[in-house]
Amino acid sequence: MSVLLVLPIILPLLAAALAIVASHHRTLQRIVAVGALIAVAVDSAFLLAVVERDGVQSVQMGAWPAPLGITLVVDMFSALMLVISMVTVLSVLIYAIGQPGVDQDQPVFHPVYLVMTAGVALSFTTGDLFNLFVAYEITLAASYVLITLGGRREQIRSGMTYIIINLLASTLFVVGIAWVYAATGTVNMADLAVKIAQLPSGTQTALSMFLLVVFGIKAAIFPLFFWLPDSYPTARMPVTAVFAGLLTKVGVYSIIRTQTLLFPQNRPSTILLVCAGLTMAIGVLGAIAQNDMKRILSFHIVSQIGYMILGLGLFSVAGVAGTVFFIFHQIPVKTALFLATGLVEQSTGSTALSKVGGMIRRTPLVAGLFLLAALSLAGIPPFSGFVGKLGIIQAGFGAGEYAIVGVSLVVSLLTLFSMIKIWNGVFLGTPEDPTLRLASATSEERLSTPVLMRGATVALVGVTLAIALFAGTLFDLSERAAQGLLDPSAYIQQVLG
Amino acid sequence: MSFFSALIVAVLFSVGVYLLLQRTLSRIILGLALMAHSANLLLMVVGGRAGKAPIVGAFGPEDSVADPLPQALALTAIVISFGVIAFLLAVAYRSWVLTQDDEVEDDLEDARIAQLGEAEMRRWWSRPK
Repeated sequence: MSVLLVLPIILPLLAAALAIVASHHRTLQRIVAVGALIAVAVDSAFLLAVVERDGVQSVQMGAWPAPLGITLVVDMFSALMLVISMVTVLSVLIYAIGQPGVDQDQPVFHPVYLVMTAGVALSFTTGDLFNLFVAYEITLAASYVLITLGGRREQIRSGMTYIIINLLASTLFVVGIAWVYAATGTVNMADLAVKIAQLPSGTQTALSMFLLVVFGIKAAIFPLFFWLPDSYPTARMPVTAVFAGLLTKVGVYSIIRTQTLLFPQNRPSTILLVCAGLTMAIGVLGAIAQNDMKRILSFHIVSQIGYMILGLGLFSVAGVAGTVFFIFHQIPVKTALFLATGLVEQSTGSTALSKVGGMIRRTPLVAGLFLLAALSLAGIPPFSGFVGKLGIIQAGFGAGEYAIVGVSLVVSLLTLFSMIKIWNGVFLGTPEDPTLRLASATSEERLSTPVLMRGATVALVGVTLAIALFAGTLFDLSERAAQGLLDPSAYIQQVLG
Repeated sequence: MSFFSALIVAVLFSVGVYLLLQRTLSRIILGLALMAHSANLLLMVVGGRAGKAPIVGAFGPEDSVADPLPQALALTAIVISFGVIAFLLAVAYRSWVLTQDDEVEDDLEDARIAQLGEAEMRRWWSRPK
């Protein structure tokens, strides 16, 4: 069984090495990358089945017993995150292969992409605080290369901001680890859960808030989100899509993991709820002020992070279950929206609302894909976003936090407004920019997008519909994940033995 | 923990923060490097007092032994920050090649707000008296 836990990290790294060796054979690179990611996705599905049947799984690296060595742990939450992120990463890879000029011109794309996947998988499975730092650095180092791939002036400008802010967060993370080690003498998370509980409450609060700031920068929660809407939209579309879907959620995952395992509490946390409300509201207001699809959607990433923090901030099984389900739905939906935007950009050459128009007549398929994902994002029943938001809002009522529930409902309405704005600007109406219309009228082949790009987007939208279809089962799993998070005794026992 | 090493950590960190807040890329990168050094040194400081090498057979039952874990963590962190800062320097060089300038450029929102402000000012000055 233990090999199942290691494969999501080892396989992409080995495949990355192979892809570097095969850097002159594009076909071979593609086969290696797609093969590795399919294997990892299947492996994560098995892992989810095993965790569902037998409970928390763990493996000690090098057979060093728990507090000494590095532990990999997979509980229900990790398994759910692994499955959905690996499926998403796979579809984006296929999209990237389909898009002209992504992996053809950049031999480094496949290796770096695979390394990033390994980093994401490691951050979901590690049971060691310092190892989490290493996982972050693997992911981030790869993402630095991906975001500046191509080296255009705009990319370098925003990539610089991205690298500097993340490097700063990483440095703070090291400082945080040093403080945790100074207070407890361990970095194993299960061991920390036992030892932090014995610390004075002031020390606990200091460590908790410090780690919250570190992960808050990565997760782009208010007031630490300003770097995100500026840097994400400049990368190539598959890169933006996978960053939007995954990287911030890794930050949210770490916030949830550390806040529930290391600093457990049993009543709503005011600071988390306030941050959640401001993240939601400011994110969506930022989105409304924008006039470009990519930038609108980037602000929505921030806004949706607020919902995740809201569910966690309630610290009840219902709230955390809502959050787990919401992240599970958000990863493919957000990615699918960006992929659909990429299809628009591919066929018209622009994503500005003022330039593009009337896409519904030209490419009804893209319009349909965008509509399904957008309705899901806005939380319209019966789509998956509705189930997630309903769970979180019910939990909010249950805890008596009416103010934050009100904020989240208004934000939901504004999200719908913002999606309608894109719909009216891009898919309905006529193109306002005459040069763009001329270009598309004369060259019909510009309108048709590569089959792989469309196929990958269709598949991912299909995944979001499947989430809505199996919402009952998935919500049960999310509830079990939440129970495991709020009562980590099984997790601790599995690791420490 | 010795006061002196704690002081070095604090000084390095504050100098790093000061440099990070500058407008030129080269200073920002130097600032980040200093902050990374400070964090690594902090890892050493929290490891506690120095002692015999923690190798089986190298110390007796009476000896105090150095804590090996923070050293391993610091080594890992040093390698990582070295790699990332090298990459950052490469990107900074690319930025210099593209813009012939070492300054950090405004982001899109900043530029837009500045434009709005200028337009507002022009309207204000050209209003009918």
